[in-house]
Amino acid sequence: MRKKNFAKLAMIIVAIIGVFCYYISPLAYSIKQGLDLQGGTHVVLEAVDTPEAPVNEDAVQRVVKIIEKRVNELGLTEPIIQRQGERRIIVELPGVKDPEKAIEILGKTAMLEFQDDSGVTVMTGQDLKDAKAQIDQSNQNLVALEFSDEGGKKFADLTAKNVGKNIAILLDKQILTNPNVKEAITGGKAVITGSRTIEEAQRLAILLRSGSLPVKVDMIETRTVGPTLGQDSKDKSEIAFAIGIGAIIFFMLAFYRLSGFIANVALMAYVLMLLVALKMLDATLTLPGIAGIILSIGMAVDANVLIFERFKEEYRLGKTLRLAMDAGFDKAFATIFDSNLTTLITAGVLFFLGTGTIKGFAITLGIGIVLSMITAITFTQYLLKLLISSNIFKDGRAYGASGVKHNEKV
Amino acid sequence: MKKFDIIGRRKWWYIVSILILIPGIISMATQGFNLGIDFTGGTLLDLKFSRPVTVVEVRDVLKEYQLDNSMIQLAGNNETSTSAENVLIRTVDLSDETRRVVLTGIGNKLGEYNVLRTERVGAVMGSELTLQAIWAMLISCVLICIYVSYRFEFKFAISAVLALTHDIFVVLGVFSLLQKEVDATFVAALLTIIGYSINDTIVIFDRIRENLKLHYRKGGDLVELANTSIWQTMTRSIYTVFTVLFATVALYLFGGETTKNFSFALLIGFSSGAYSSIFTASPLWVTFRNYADNKRLAEKMKTAK
Repeated sequence: MRKKNFAKLAMIIVAIIGVFCYYISPLAYSIKQGLDLQGGTHVVLEAVDTPEAPVNEDAVQRVVKIIEKRVNELGLTEPIIQRQGERRIIVELPGVKDPEKAIEILGKTAMLEFQDDSGVTVMTGQDLKDAKAQIDQSNQNLVALEFSDEGGKKFADLTAKNVGKNIAILLDKQILTNPNVKEAITGGKAVITGSRTIEEAQRLAILLRSGSLPVKVDMIETRTVGPTLGQDSKDKSEIAFAIGIGAIIFFMLAFYRLSGFIANVALMAYVLMLLVALKMLDATLTLPGIAGIILSIGMAVDANVLIFERFKEEYRLGKTLRLAMDAGFDKAFATIFDSNLTTLITAGVLFFLGTGTIKGFAITLGIGIVLSMITAITFTQYLLKLLISSNIFKDGRAYGASGVKHNEKV
Repeated sequence: MKKFDIIGRRKWWYIVSILILIPGIISMATQGFNLGIDFTGGTLLDLKFSRPVTVVEVRDVLKEYQLDNSMIQLAGNNETSTSAENVLIRTVDLSDETRRVVLTGIGNKLGEYNVLRTERVGAVMGSELTLQAIWAMLISCVLICIYVSYRFEFKFAISAVLALTHDIFVVLGVFSLLQKEVDATFVAALLTIIGYSINDTIVIFDRIRENLKLHYRKGGDLVELANTSIWQTMTRSIYTVFTVLFATVALYLFGGETTKNFSFALLIGFSSGAYSSIFTASPLWVTFRNYADNKRLAEKMKTAK
């Protein structure tokens, strides 16, 4: 029985240490990374009222659709577009190559107008079917427009009425081009010239394809983290994590010896569980989130310290190892529960009131508190019971408890 | 061995706390905080040039755009050096177009650079964050008060909340005195400190509660009871603050520039939290409890007459 217990214990310990050393890095890297770690752009847009176009639910929904289209045209791997509250839209563009251009495309109203000679708007972007950037034979950059059936008719009508005169194509009230009409154009196609580069023509084409925004949209926040800084933050967090956890493991071994060793194994299991939980919840790991993890490890140790201190007290009172350990867990439980619950309250408040990275921090902290409580109360206890019942180490000193008084009594 | 009498000297600890808090409060009232763009709104440019540049050089370029009163800060390992490759520029809220123009201008004058980070926060967002931060802290305190009153009693709750208010003010004071930048993550740091401080206090209170149940009879010595409880949990208090500080110091030293202020706030807050649990919260509880007991006693004497 004793030998069996010890074998079981040894197997569990070896398994956890093995899994920890082998999987910790791939596991950590498989969790989705925030923009501050992988680099990218975060934009907050807000729909604002204007006399011509007051904001309503329908308008905001259309804005979201259009922004989605524009973002998709950028061809990024995992963009996020999210409504926040009534009027705000959050856009996250991880790994975007040219953030400035992306920001420019997102914020444009992109209202396309065709005006006749007297400045009356005859057609709008809604009459378009498609827009493509092209380079023509004379090496000129242009955007080729294809109209819808109705748009084609309108355009034919517009050009027929204005032969010999100029018509104007405007984007956001600015003239893009005002060609002279030589003859009526009936094919349902037209081109916009005047783009300086092919990239500019492409951007214009994206804007025209996705359509114009129905209301005024302001960009109230933009944040961009370059890939260099992101990588640097990742490397540094890794070092901070390794040193932090290394110091704690050493500390626990030095002060609590065998029980400290068991606690360290439980701690490794805790870190693995925390990462798995974050992965399963599809949480995003941010820089403050990593800080939250490192902190929660510090706090996870607290539950163990509480139990071990209680155990030492009980042992000093003359109880056997097993009874002292049981009493230690029992008496420390209320303390662990109350102290962690109050911390959980603040994590909860952060979660419900905070936004963005702060929310990420609150999630890691909150999950960390719950998991650390569970590992300390169940897992550490289970391992320690196995260890004690294997009866190999009988002296309290092996567990970090001074056994002087105890020995005298026995 | 006679243990050091902590509770008996409680008036001294109150004075120590007040002496620590006063400079910070004066600083907050007079020079306020170095608020980052998260609070004020504005634009931040974090650039790494291919050669070291000086503040004067950068300011000269910004002058062309009437931005010469912007905050320019060199970042890097060597703090005494007057030039660095890594420069932080904090300006008023620039439109995205203006920012592009300024960035091009900087590139033309000062040579190649790599954009590490750019941030632009509208003024609306800033004022929202301030409100959010204040609400978050008030709600936390109220909820903690309710929970502790429910699990313990109101006198414990109010002592704990006063102690954590003490910690928050210590951190605010230090940040104001040193004029360290306050940003959105600072709010998260404050809330974390609240979480830690209350956690630490509850452990001692829990022991006091247990000892009250087991050993206390009416009219007994509260001071001694509180002292015993503090000393019974002292090893744990020290060990835990050490492990948490290990983690925080690692974060501060090796975690990189972006989390430096965050971990610094935690460092101050956790230290203060550990101190206040022993030297502020527990003595306050004794003071409140004594006051209530004396009042009750006086009432009884009155009715007896």
